[in-house]
Amino acid sequence: MAFRWTSKINYVDEEARYRSLREKFKELNTFPKLLKWRARKYPDRVALRKKKYGIWWEKTWSQFYDEVRKVAGGLAVLGVRRGDVVVIIGHNDPEWIYAELGAQILGAIPLGIYPDSLPNEISYFINFVNAKVVVVEDQEQVEKILSVIDEVPDVEKVIYWDKKDMWRYRGNKYLMYFGELENLGHKWLLDNSGEVDENIDKTSPEEIAGLYPTSGTTGISKLAMLTYDNMINMSLALQAVDPMDESFEYVSYLPLPWIGEQMMSIATAFTAGFKVNFPEEPETVWSDFREIAPHVMFAPPRIWEDIVSDIMAKIEDSTWLKKKVYSFFMNLGYKIVDETIAKKRKPGLHHKILWFIGYWILYRSILDKYGLKRIRYAYTGGAMLGPHYFRFFHAIGVNLKQIYGQTEVSGIAVLHRDYDIKFETVGKPLPETKVEISDEGEILIKSRSVMKGYFKQPEKTKETIDENGWLHTGDAGFIDNDGHLVIVDRLSELFELSNGKKVPPQYIENMLKFSAYIKEAAVLGKGKPYCVALININFKNVMNWAEKRGIPFTSYRDLAQKPEVYGLVKSIIKDVNSKLPEHMRIRRFVILPKQFHADDGEVTRTRKIRRRFVAERYRELIDAMYRGERYYEFSFTMKLEDGRTTIFKQKIRIEEVK
Amino acid sequence: MLKSSNNIVSAGSSLLLEVVDLHLKFGGIWALRGVSFSVSKGDLLSIIGPNGAGKTSLLNVISGFYKPNKGKVFFKGRDITKLPPFKRAELGISRTFQRVELYRDMTVLDNVISGLIPKVKYLKKRFSTVKTALWTKEVREEEVNARYLAEKVLDYLDISQFRHRIVKTLPYGIQKKVELARALVMDPEILLLDEPMGGLNFEEKEDMARYIVSINEELGKTIVLIEHDLAAVMDLSERVIVMDYGRIIAEGTPEEVANDPKVIAAYMGEKTGSTR
Repeated sequence: MAFRWTSKINYVDEEARYRSLREKFKELNTFPKLLKWRARKYPDRVALRKKKYGIWWEKTWSQFYDEVRKVAGGLAVLGVRRGDVVVIIGHNDPEWIYAELGAQILGAIPLGIYPDSLPNEISYFINFVNAKVVVVEDQEQVEKILSVIDEVPDVEKVIYWDKKDMWRYRGNKYLMYFGELENLGHKWLLDNSGEVDENIDKTSPEEIAGLYPTSGTTGISKLAMLTYDNMINMSLALQAVDPMDESFEYVSYLPLPWIGEQMMSIATAFTAGFKVNFPEEPETVWSDFREIAPHVMFAPPRIWEDIVSDIMAKIEDSTWLKKKVYSFFMNLGYKIVDETIAKKRKPGLHHKILWFIGYWILYRSILDKYGLKRIRYAYTGGAMLGPHYFRFFHAIGVNLKQIYGQTEVSGIAVLHRDYDIKFETVGKPLPETKVEISDEGEILIKSRSVMKGYFKQPEKTKETIDENGWLHTGDAGFIDNDGHLVIVDRLSELFELSNGKKVPPQYIENMLKFSAYIKEAAVLGKGKPYCVALININFKNVMNWAEKRGIPFTSYRDLAQKPEVYGLVKSIIKDVNSKLPEHMRIRRFVILPKQFHADDGEVTRTRKIRRRFVAERYRELIDAMYRGERYYEFSFTMKLEDGRTTIFKQKIRIEEVK
Repeated sequence: MLKSSNNIVSAGSSLLLEVVDLHLKFGGIWALRGVSFSVSKGDLLSIIGPNGAGKTSLLNVISGFYKPNKGKVFFKGRDITKLPPFKRAELGISRTFQRVELYRDMTVLDNVISGLIPKVKYLKKRFSTVKTALWTKEVREEEVNARYLAEKVLDYLDISQFRHRIVKTLPYGIQKKVELARALVMDPEILLLDEPMGGLNFEEKEDMARYIVSINEELGKTIVLIEHDLAAVMDLSERVIVMDYGRIIAEGTPEEVANDPKVIAAYMGEKTGSTR
């Protein structure tokens, strides 16, 4: 049984495991070499699967290798040479991988572009890398390229692998079917087979494996140049922490140009040797996912949140008895999580027995419905996932871990360890990876997986990697008492206190908002000696809380000023403070007698706090807070929902948190 | 059989379907009054006309649901006027219906596979029921083959993701595609489509039109299409036949028939026509 509460814990030291893996893959140091080695050593083992016509079609390692060789041959016939860039655009399919590896064998550099890119973005990239050959999925991508064909003079051939609807372009001189490319390659290989083998042996770990678009938040993304050594090192370091082997299944469904999918579908699949499965259509990902039931998966927070809300909705619609069973065993699961992971303890025998009962009655069927029954390692990254989602997945037995990394460090640098999972952190650095915090609060990373630089942008490279080899991530964070890295925000979002220390307001606000009693918070303190907070309580939840305790109140304004409610909020802030470094802690707070509202301009329509506006609007109150006053006479005009305005006055408490 | 005296179309080998002087009467009303036309291999012919013009009756005569009171239907030079519908299906005539006629409680896949029944050879042999019950090798192979053919069609029409869904739970536009898939799966020589775009919204219509053109151009299937809306077939077919009161009133390219006064009169009513 593959569920983790009863599975054995591997006590092998991860540093030692990393060293032995490095030793094992010392000679197999490029993707083409790894592919050739696997095709020779395990010719009949399944490497890839693709669902088509309702069934999974398998490709063994030797078939995989043959396809790649043919593609390489075809590309050679088309004039692709060492150092050329081959652009690939399409949804996840084996052909995507064949094209990528085929280019790599020739010493050419693959560049994947997201399939939802607009024609002008595609033409920008093609011109930026001077690509002669573009490999695309289907008619949709072909249409996009043909619409800008005059703007991309270097392009000589556009190769498509999905024939559907392509009859419309009969006779177009740019177009060639993937099968035709392979035929060309097949003929070419009759005479040049030795050359391909030679090429593979010639590939060196210091060569560039590919160009990987960075997740630039503004403008067009930069292209990171990662070497084979970068990628392979990252995958080995990952496996030193979370061992994976040939028996593992993996579903490739996140976009392949993205570094996270590359590190799993290529780097880790080649080193660990697990099977990579490609869904039939983008629409069928989750039913195909369930059929495969992978052992390892990666998903952004959005998907984990969707799974939970889907489960919640289904339970809501189910029968009385099922609801009772669900809530009983979920509470049991939460209790086990709180007693083990939350306290960083390994589960005791009684935990295992209780969990085992819950597994057979409840968790098993939930896991099965979502294809998570065999999950050994589940990763989330890209953004923060709320702690209650973590608790949920750990309660039902999904070993969900946060990862942190960037394209510039080949995807992963920091990761949670089994039974050392703190919901608000991203875990500890991988073996051989050094993480430090600069004086400005920026996260710096140094490892063998740090990229060679940005393609054709040496000045940008210099800004990102300093002379000592440290990668400047642009993220702000700190290392907590347990050695876990905490990501707080982008560095540019931080404000500075009067003592020069940086504070990440959004991060602290989010931590406050993780409490069910706090709806909105504004953390302020730019140029001041410490931080203060303006709080909006969650009326519904605090109302229930007050009713249970027999606290009388009349309205939101009244409830917000109750000493008991101040006590409640104070305890939440104390708890948050305990997880923050000294200078980020909130020293004073008020509960505002009104909610932040988009009509008043305090929050945006998407409920993002407009911090500068709030600081200006409540300046007198904030000044009073810093003067150390106990009360403040609060008055201002407020827009009512029907458009009228009203002025109200109220004395509000300013509370100090020690 | 092909040498029968009725064989009047043996000369043009590319001629696929020919109807000659069809008459059909329901009680005292003539639904068809002397309809004749022919379809060559690879054609995409549209038949249009106002409601009650006799379009569906014509299609029903061609596919064998109605027997004409007078006139003949030839398919590849052979007189098929007296053949029952299932025999015509075996010959390669396949159709869809104006209102979706699927097995509503079965899955998409089963519905599409049902379209293959005229093509399954072992069903015509002796003891086929027993063999099916015993699940013999022959039956298993046939089953696998049927699934493969059905899957290819589902993929062609981009409805693979619905394969295990019950038909009645699907939107109407998808049901229309399922019906097309069922007609297409038996690899017919000629497809008769009865208002394939009826009841669809604008986007679905465009989508359906794309598939119809693909089936005609890429797969080379001959298509006879019924539509009451002239605009819908303007970009679709090269040749249009207009019917009214059981007669063909115009024939030609879409532009020609659109400007034909008789057609305008039929669509707009006699009054508009007579003012010209």
